[in-house]
Amino acid sequence: MSEFTPISAAMGGVLIGVSAVLLMAFNGRIAGISGTFSGAMFSKGSDRSWRAMFLIGLVSAPLIHALVTGSAPPFDMAATLPLIVAGGLLVGFGTRLGSGCTSGHGVCGLSRLSVRSMAAVAIFMSAGAAMVAVSKLAMGA
Amino acid sequence: MGKSVSALIAGLVFGLGLTISEMVNPAKVLAFLDIFGNWDPSLAFVMGAALAVTAIGYRLAWRRAAPVFAESFQVPGNRAIDSKLVAGSILFGAGWGLVGLCPGPALTALSFGGPPAWAFLAAMTVGTLMFDLSPLAARSRPNSVRTG
Repeated sequence: MSEFTPISAAMGGVLIGVSAVLLMAFNGRIAGISGTFSGAMFSKGSDRSWRAMFLIGLVSAPLIHALVTGSAPPFDMAATLPLIVAGGLLVGFGTRLGSGCTSGHGVCGLSRLSVRSMAAVAIFMSAGAAMVAVSKLAMGA
Repeated sequence: MGKSVSALIAGLVFGLGLTISEMVNPAKVLAFLDIFGNWDPSLAFVMGAALAVTAIGYRLAWRRAAPVFAESFQVPGNRAIDSKLVAGSILFGAGWGLVGLCPGPALTALSFGGPPAWAFLAAMTVGTLMFDLSPLAARSRPNSVRTG
C-alpha cells in the first residue's frame, strides 16, 4: 500500500513551483512540459534550444538526486506493455489536443486562476480516477 | 545563452521536485488517483505547495517590465473551454490513470525506470507527433503578450 508522505510531497511541490517561477522570471514562459516537449522535438525556431535545455535538466535531475542520496528513487510500474503503449499514446495525443498537462494546466494555469485550466484539471483528474476505478474492477480487485 | 542556462536550471529543479515528491513513481500516482479505494492523498500536497509558490512567484516576476532574458512575458491567451480542451483532457486523464505517468515524470524517470519507462516515452512521443501532424494542430493557439 502507498504510504502517506505529505512532507516530501510538499518539498517536491515547492521545487516545482520555484522552477515555474524561474522560467517565467528569466524566460517569460510557462513551464508546461507537454508543450515544451512537443516544441523541442517537432517545431523549428528560436525557442527550440531553451526547450531542449529544460528537457535535459528534467532528464538529468535524478542523477543529482542519486549523488546526494546514493540511491535511485522508488519506481513501481505495474502496467503490462500493451497498456503502457496505450497509456503513452493517450497521454501524448491528449495533452496536445487539450493544450496542456499536469504542469501547464495544473501548476501554471491554476496559479494564474485560468478558468480554462481549472476545467482541464477537473476533467483529467476525474478521468484518471475513473480509469483507476475501472481498471481495478476489470482486474477483480 | 542566458535563456538556455536558466531553462537548464529550471528543468533540473523541476525534475528534482518530481523525484523528491515521488510523482515519478507510477504506483504512487495511481494510489493518489484511487479515490474510491485505498486513497493516498500525498500528491495533493505536491500540487498545493507548487501552486502556492507559483501563484506568489508569478506575481513578483510580473512586477518587472520584462523577463530577464526575453522581451515579454508570454502567457496563454485562450480562455475558451472548447471541445478540444475537454476531449484532450479526458484522453490524457485516461492514459494517466492507466499507467501512472504524465509527461514530466515520463522524462524524469528515463534514467531509472528501465524499459517500461522507455516504452512509455516512445509511445508518448508517437502520440504527440500524431497530434502535431494532424489537421487538429493546424490552428495553433496564439500567446498573448503580457507586459508588466
